[in-house]
Amino acid sequence: MTMDTRALARRVRRHSVCMTSRGGSSHVGAALSIADILAVLYGGGILRFDRGRPSWPGRDRFILSKGHAGAAVYATLAECGFFGLERLDQHYQNGSDLSGHVSHKGMPGVELSTGSLGHGLGVGVGMALALRRKGEGQRVFVLLSDGECDEGSNWEAIMFAAHHRLDNLVAVVDYNKLQSLAPVAETLELEPFASKWRAFNWGVCEVDGHDHSALTEVFGRLPFVEQRPSVVIAHTTKGKGVTFMENTVLWHYRTARGRELEAALQELDLP
Amino acid sequence: MRDAFIKRLALLAEREPRVILITGDLGFGVFDEYRRQRAGQFLNAGVAEQNMTMLATGMALEGYVAFTYSIGNFPTLRCLEMIRNDAAYHDANVKIVSIGGGFSYGALGISHHATEDLAIMRSLPGLTVVSPGGLWEASEATEAIARQPGTCYLRLDKDHGPDGADGHEAFILGKARLLREGTDCTVVVTGGILREVVTAADTLAREGIQTRILSMHTLKPIDSAAILAAARETGAVVTVEEHTIHGGLGGAVAEVLLDHGARPKAFLRIGLESGFSSIVGSQDYLRRRYGLDGLSIAARVRSLLSREH
Repeated sequence: MTMDTRALARRVRRHSVCMTSRGGSSHVGAALSIADILAVLYGGGILRFDRGRPSWPGRDRFILSKGHAGAAVYATLAECGFFGLERLDQHYQNGSDLSGHVSHKGMPGVELSTGSLGHGLGVGVGMALALRRKGEGQRVFVLLSDGECDEGSNWEAIMFAAHHRLDNLVAVVDYNKLQSLAPVAETLELEPFASKWRAFNWGVCEVDGHDHSALTEVFGRLPFVEQRPSVVIAHTTKGKGVTFMENTVLWHYRTARGRELEAALQELDLP
Repeated sequence: MRDAFIKRLALLAEREPRVILITGDLGFGVFDEYRRQRAGQFLNAGVAEQNMTMLATGMALEGYVAFTYSIGNFPTLRCLEMIRNDAAYHDANVKIVSIGGGFSYGALGISHHATEDLAIMRSLPGLTVVSPGGLWEASEATEAIARQPGTCYLRLDKDHGPDGADGHEAFILGKARLLREGTDCTVVVTGGILREVVTAADTLAREGIQTRILSMHTLKPIDSAAILAAARETGAVVTVEEHTIHGGLGGAVAEVLLDHGARPKAFLRIGLESGFSSIVGSQDYLRRRYGLDGLSIAARVRSLLSREH
């Protein structure tokens, strides 16, 4: 299934802004940051899936490890037809299945529930190992945040994946350089980031995480190194697509309401 | 108990290719035979219990029955959130096995005293929690948790009691085993400390006190019917565990009694009462030190029953 990925990304951004606004929830900046990555993976024919059969064994697995950006994943799945768009209105509402952090219960297409950081990659490692043993070619994609790489559990998984040569495993890091309170560089510096992954025996590729052609090209040549897991370090802008939300820690937690909401949606209407 | 576990697991793995054993770099020499026979069903995750549990979850979600293995608190408390969010919330077939309940590794220090695990694991939704008292129960529990859907915890002790299996009995998760009939009181026990309870019951019997012994090998789901019958039929209920008295077997039995309005004439929880043990020593030594040996248990039961009269 392929779609116009740029249009898809724009709709995912609009949904994310509306969902977080209606719910009064945080993390709109984190959702906007990954909209292009999700659009290329789901709409650009990279991930194999069957929206009518979410548990189809032949599917590629996608795990959002940075669960706080769940709004963007729910929006993407709804746009791809896993469930109705009207369900997005329930995000963050009383009695809803659509939690602030992504949850699989009652939500077709969500592979893993996350929310506490540093869990998705390790579970993805187990899936990748199991799937490789089956030998049917399924891949596992895990989308992490940069701040999430502070979690030691990730580095346990990173070592294991390389040791077991899991070349059907792909980590994508949303490297927007901002974490919850301050820039990554002022919190726990990740640099030299690509070198770290290389030193752990991963194949590494850096890319502009908002450039659809570049993302498509990069995802098209996985694995980057034979017999090694791959990491795509996607350089991104937190809050991308809404000028006043871009590159500011404020919009990690703030919710767009009233005139801010109108301004955001107006900007996201532009083709 | 460890050997009983691994022998049974090897048989299970031979029949069931979906079984995989993942160790956190522990079990020197223990797995040699298993590995020789079932190399493809063995993984060493390294000294990385968080990843061990996450990867077990991932494999379980793809169809495996994944056993994680380590000692003491490493496969439980060290990676508790992975058990909660990943394994349990996803109803994954992850079977957590810890060798070294209570003071099994008493001389190694408090890092290796597994004395709160039952309470903590019991509180997690959906988990089955099993703590066998003897070798037969350990072996049967291994097979039973493999068949039980979802996430399970199996706590194995170095020590074990005589679990009295006659070879014809069925092991049923959630069903306590009546090991000795008695009319004066009931001791409900979980784990290998069963040995001390048997000693205590023998001592009391010589004094004319007939003790019913219930091996509560499954802490969750707990056998409420057996507990209520014990209160009704023997009057006094005593729990014994090599574990804190807060929230483990004693807590679970008290919950059952109060929830059902049952009022035993006497009730006592025997276990570790407060603080960590900075004192080290063999399992036997530490049991004596903290009043968990057979003679101490007998003394406390005797005292409880004499107060009652």
